[in-house]
Amino acid sequence: MNHPQTPKGQETLDWAARFKLLAQQARHPLLQRFYQAGVISAQTPLEQVELLAMDLETTGLDALTDSIVSIGLLPFTLKRIRCGEALYWVIKPSQLSHESVTFHRITHADVRHAPRLPDVMKKVLETMEGKIMVVHYRAIERNFLDQALRHHFGEGLHFPVIDTMQLEARQVCGDRGWLYRLFRRSPASIRLADSRVRYHLPPYHAHHALTDALATAELLQAQIATHYSPSIAIRQLWD
Amino acid sequence: MQIELLEISEHFHRFPPFDALPQETLEAIARRVEVSYFKAGSEILEAGAVIHDLHYVRSGAVEIYRRSGELYNRLVEGDIFGQAGLLRSNKVRFPARALEDSLIYFIPADVFAQLCERYDSFADFVEAEGHSRLKSAVEAQGRASELIQLKARALISRDLVWVTPKTSVHEAARLMSQESVSCIVVLEPAGQNPEKMLGIVTDRDLRTRVVAANRTGDTAIGEVMSTDLVVIQDDDSLFEAMLCMLRGNIHHLPVVHKGRTLGLINLSDIIRHESQSSLYLVNSISNQTSVDGLRSRHRDLRGTYIRMVRNGATAHMIGSAISGIGRAFTQRLLELAERELGPPPVPYCFMVLGSMARDEQLLVTDQDNALVLDDRFDPAQHDEYFRKLATFVSDGLAQCGYSYCKGGIMATNVQWRQPLRVWRDYFSQWIEKPNAATLLNSYIFFDLDGVYGQLDMVDALKALCAERSRVTPAFLAAMARNALNRTPPLGFFRTFVMETDGRQKQIINLKGRGTGPLTDLIRIHALACGTTAQNSFDRLEAISTTQLVQPEAIEHLRYALEFLSMVRIRHQANAIEQGHKPDNYIEPERFSTTERHNLKEAFQVLSNAQKFLRFRYPGHARPTR
Repeated sequence: MNHPQTPKGQETLDWAARFKLLAQQARHPLLQRFYQAGVISAQTPLEQVELLAMDLETTGLDALTDSIVSIGLLPFTLKRIRCGEALYWVIKPSQLSHESVTFHRITHADVRHAPRLPDVMKKVLETMEGKIMVVHYRAIERNFLDQALRHHFGEGLHFPVIDTMQLEARQVCGDRGWLYRLFRRSPASIRLADSRVRYHLPPYHAHHALTDALATAELLQAQIATHYSPSIAIRQLWD
Repeated sequence: MQIELLEISEHFHRFPPFDALPQETLEAIARRVEVSYFKAGSEILEAGAVIHDLHYVRSGAVEIYRRSGELYNRLVEGDIFGQAGLLRSNKVRFPARALEDSLIYFIPADVFAQLCERYDSFADFVEAEGHSRLKSAVEAQGRASELIQLKARALISRDLVWVTPKTSVHEAARLMSQESVSCIVVLEPAGQNPEKMLGIVTDRDLRTRVVAANRTGDTAIGEVMSTDLVVIQDDDSLFEAMLCMLRGNIHHLPVVHKGRTLGLINLSDIIRHESQSSLYLVNSISNQTSVDGLRSRHRDLRGTYIRMVRNGATAHMIGSAISGIGRAFTQRLLELAERELGPPPVPYCFMVLGSMARDEQLLVTDQDNALVLDDRFDPAQHDEYFRKLATFVSDGLAQCGYSYCKGGIMATNVQWRQPLRVWRDYFSQWIEKPNAATLLNSYIFFDLDGVYGQLDMVDALKALCAERSRVTPAFLAAMARNALNRTPPLGFFRTFVMETDGRQKQIINLKGRGTGPLTDLIRIHALACGTTAQNSFDRLEAISTTQLVQPEAIEHLRYALEFLSMVRIRHQANAIEQGHKPDNYIEPERFSTTERHNLKEAFQVLSNAQKFLRFRYPGHARPTR
């Protein structure tokens, strides 16, 4: 039986070794530089890790057909989230559907003079260098960035991620007992806003990449303060 | 690149002192904020640690401690802390701990410094620790008042018209007609001491002292002039001029500068300024010839009250004006009573008690009064007259909106209609042998003032009360213990402890838990220092000339009383304007964060002052029964 806080297989992840390999394989100079900057060792206590909260707003959920419309980045540590170093871009997507406009409120007018993704990728990758990314639901950020880079640079992007949704799932779903099965209660929501409520974090307006990045960073601080220790090894959290 | 962190700036926008800052400044602050989450029970600031940021509670609750470990404050959403440390040497002065899971925003020291430099309101707020913040609130309340700012000399509308004492009445009257003045000043004969004022003569004096008294036009003016002059200094305020006139029902007030008479202010000068003023009302009350006529002035009282509140008058000014109007009603009723019943068989003084005696009356009030009679009083012979007199006045007051005293503290009660020697015995006994019942009397009767008749009789009682209390520590201690029974509505965590009214609203009784207990403890200190002052602010002034209470504590008490009184006064004014019955119950939920903060500070002053009273009068002796 799996221990809820250390799912099977995580101990074997060694992002430092993997980055060495990726650095050798990468051809695009931006990616070479990103991988060469390396990753901290898997044993590093979380309190010593430079983190980067990341959130993307996209035109849809399919990384193959939809595109990125905004990026929010917010550097932080377990102690402080540094709003002063926040970065935010609205990106000109290949197409902007009406449904997504109502969702994240970025309009055609907003994107008319916006940069395209390759124009901001240099700064994004530089900001990511040496940091551990923190997202809520890793599939979005990973897949969309990977796809976007394949599209523009001809090769994909790999990076370690702490997924606050996954951490929340460990708490909420990891420990289902017979009582739960007996009553078949629907599992508690692990969406960002609902997760925050469990830690008495205030409600924020959702679907602004920078606000969501801030909300995610705060959630990680709360999760660590509540369920883990600041000295927990990064290997137990990343993926 | 301008990064919008609207979540943060919009939150700042809702809370003081940020609410007063422009939007772009709030956005600039938000761009520099750092954030951290603190689990309930975890330490946020450690005593003596270096501090680099102003701390802002975004959510949760934080407890602030003194270095002694004593709990100092409890903060919630929108409150700030750490400013004391930032302002002094960047060391934490008050350690802080998360009481609940809390999200804290940190505003870097350099941003904090810029805000203090650029915005006075911000600097005032963060620099003001507790009571001085209350002080700024009180000062802001009174700033608008024209009554205080306008100097008495500004009301002098013409040059002085004067004569010497040897001038004939005829000559003086001719001059008054020629100059069309209703009052003339009598000065020392020229050449001797030309500036010295000897007296004044009014139209009314010419009527009553010359014509009615059958004196001739040759009479020297010096023989008929009034010499018991009330004067005012030229840089006293219009408000003080009004008070002078209100208290004495004086229509002509000489204005002096370094002993030289500059001119006269008369009632109409002030009325011209204050067409709906309390003085105008007093004048109109004095001219009524029936109880019905008096009753019709009652709604004017409300209008005057609201106008004063809206003009930014202070609690002291409003309390004095409303009490002055109450006195005018009482005086006029006594004049009407004497007119109906004939002259009194023995001299008497009509005495008022409680808030009217303290010049602190507001709209929600009942009548507290008593009669002090000359010692020649013989009940069998004279009491019928005074019983009728008291009934006339008491019924009249009730018709004019001053409800009967539920505790029976009225001159209609034979116990409170007694010759001076009986009153002396009452007061002496209450002071020498206090028990539960007489302590209650002491609370009511030791705020006393004569309003009509032989005022010196009541002055004698005031003096007795002040002299005896001072040298009777057991009495003061008994009074002190009683004064501690009513506590301010603050819980351990400086949260409001509220009562529930009939409609299940969460309320605070501002009088019962605020101004009442404050007045009580000020009275005890006043008795202890032997002053005959009755008004709480005057009493504080008298206390401050002794070593009895620390000067800062007196300042705090003054501001707390002013603030709580003003909240009460405004609450009543709002009720009247909305057509409700005014009362003393507020719902703190309806107040802004800043106002609630100031309320807490004011109640804290009361709490501290009660602690001091307990310390000064220790012991467990109970009043004898």
